Amino acid sequence: MATSKLSPARATTSAHPRRRPWWRSDMLLALLVITPSIIAVAIFIYGFIAWTTYISTVKWNSQIPDYTFVGLKNWIRLFGDNRFHIDLRNLVYYATGFMSQCIIFGFLIAVLLDQKIKGEAIFRTIVIFPFAVSGIVTGVAWRWLMQPSTGINLLFAKIGLENFQPTWNSTPDYGMWAVTIAASWQFTGYIMALYLAGLRGIPGELREAAAIDGAGTWATYRYVIIPLLMPVTFTAIVLTGMNSIRVFDLVSAMSGSGPAFATDTLAFFMFQSTFGAYRYSLGAAIGTFMILLSGFLVVPYLKSMQRETER
Amino acid sequence: MNLQRLWTRGAIYLVLLAFCAFYLMPFYVMIITSLKPYVDVNVTRMWELPTSIYLGGIVDAWTRVSPNFWNSVQITVPAALISSFIGSMNGYVFAKWRFKGADTLFILFLVGMFLPYQGILIPLVLTLQKIGLYGTMTGLIMVHCIFGIPITALLFRGYYASIPNELIDAAKIDGCGFFGIYRWILLPISMPAFAVVLLWQFTSIWNDFLIGLVVLSTPVKAPINVAVQNIAGSWSVEWNVQMAAALIAAAPTVIVYLLLGKLFMRGLLAGALKG
Repeated sequence: MATSKLSPARATTSAHPRRRPWWRSDMLLALLVITPSIIAVAIFIYGFIAWTTYISTVKWNSQIPDYTFVGLKNWIRLFGDNRFHIDLRNLVYYATGFMSQCIIFGFLIAVLLDQKIKGEAIFRTIVIFPFAVSGIVTGVAWRWLMQPSTGINLLFAKIGLENFQPTWNSTPDYGMWAVTIAASWQFTGYIMALYLAGLRGIPGELREAAAIDGAGTWATYRYVIIPLLMPVTFTAIVLTGMNSIRVFDLVSAMSGSGPAFATDTLAFFMFQSTFGAYRYSLGAAIGTFMILLSGFLVVPYLKSMQRETER
Repeated sequence: MNLQRLWTRGAIYLVLLAFCAFYLMPFYVMIITSLKPYVDVNVTRMWELPTSIYLGGIVDAWTRVSPNFWNSVQITVPAALISSFIGSMNGYVFAKWRFKGADTLFILFLVGMFLPYQGILIPLVLTLQKIGLYGTMTGLIMVHCIFGIPITALLFRGYYASIPNELIDAAKIDGCGFFGIYRWILLPISMPAFAVVLLWQFTSIWNDFLIGLVVLSTPVKAPINVAVQNIAGSWSVEWNVQMAAALIAAAPTVIVYLLLGKLFMRGLLAGALKG
């Protein structure tokens, strides 16, 4: 009750020093300024998602638009497609390999850099360096490094591993694992930066308290630091997971679909179906599927963000 | 105790150096390969330094991709500038003019930051064709600006939220309106935020492949990364030329990163962590 009596008075002194009609109020100006962006986001993101979903339910599978409604026909065709099954398998391979490498190495390097290292800035710069280059550049470089007859295999041969000569990303079935090495080469620095910022945010007293309680280095990390860094790990999972769903440029530059679709991805399948084979409705079904898949990551992430903004 | 400490310290540096070697390895290979003539790009001597510096590969790559390099400059610079400006206005509204539903709207904006573009490509192409911007630089710039709305709003909102409301209220009492507050209070102290956002947008637009490929795929008009992929995709182009082309595509963002690494870090963190 007391607040409702107070608030009008406060409002007149601070928010409205001079009374103006509502159509000239600053709040209206603020809304006008943001309206074009709202319209753009509404059309180009939400409208387009709805539109794509709609296209996935029509018969448009040639160069000529055909909006005859066919229900779930494209979806059923997609779910029965062998290439789709391979792509899902590849997504699992890629997500597992990429996410674990980024998170494990990102965390490890961050912890090492947090040990009052001389030249920390130089180490940090080098580890994040690959994040400044594009997926195409990464792919071109790693395609050369993963040539079976040279590149890394040459290094293996030099250290006496002449018999260990993997065919990397051109391995049927398992080529995707090789792609994740290149992918995490590029992305680990980002995750490392997140963990390093997280570590720097942990108050020193907490570590001291753990040390006083007799916790060794290992126990401190296991029971204090890693649990405290869970929000960072959550962010890292979302970012790497999103990247796994949409990976396209790196794979294009490294190997394309690869032998027996060994390195094919949903993004690649979508692109070729749509812009190569003009199967727009099938492409739209794949695109919608990718949006749905990413929803599982985006929705919890934004919920946690919302909690944070409301605080 | 002391000896053990020495061992651990030594081990830490050793591991860090090993990681650095791994992260630098592809750059090393790209650079030495691009400086060799094709006859020396030999599978058995891939890791060896060139016997003499040969610039032919780089010249060849530059003649192939320089039109696309300039295309990318013409796309990236305006797109980064315009989207930073839009972002700063949106961030200002979200942070300081908290209308009803602003927070929900902000979250709805952020969704656009994460979505796989495959889910919107087909309508995007259809729309651009309809309004006559398909296959044009203007169209691509527009698309980058629109897709940049979420991240730029996020970065600027975070920055402006840290500016005390008392400052805004004082300006209101002095008679400043919506634009007055922006022009006289926020804009003069926005330069650090502009630097971070410009850098972020510059890097991600320059490094874009998918949208450029879809909207502007004609070889003469295509941005640099599309051109590099075309070169890498054709087996007739020698490795040294491919590596040189990749280096040319990487150069602007790498140089910017080396010069402004701190700002880059700030963008990385702000873009992922809180709102």
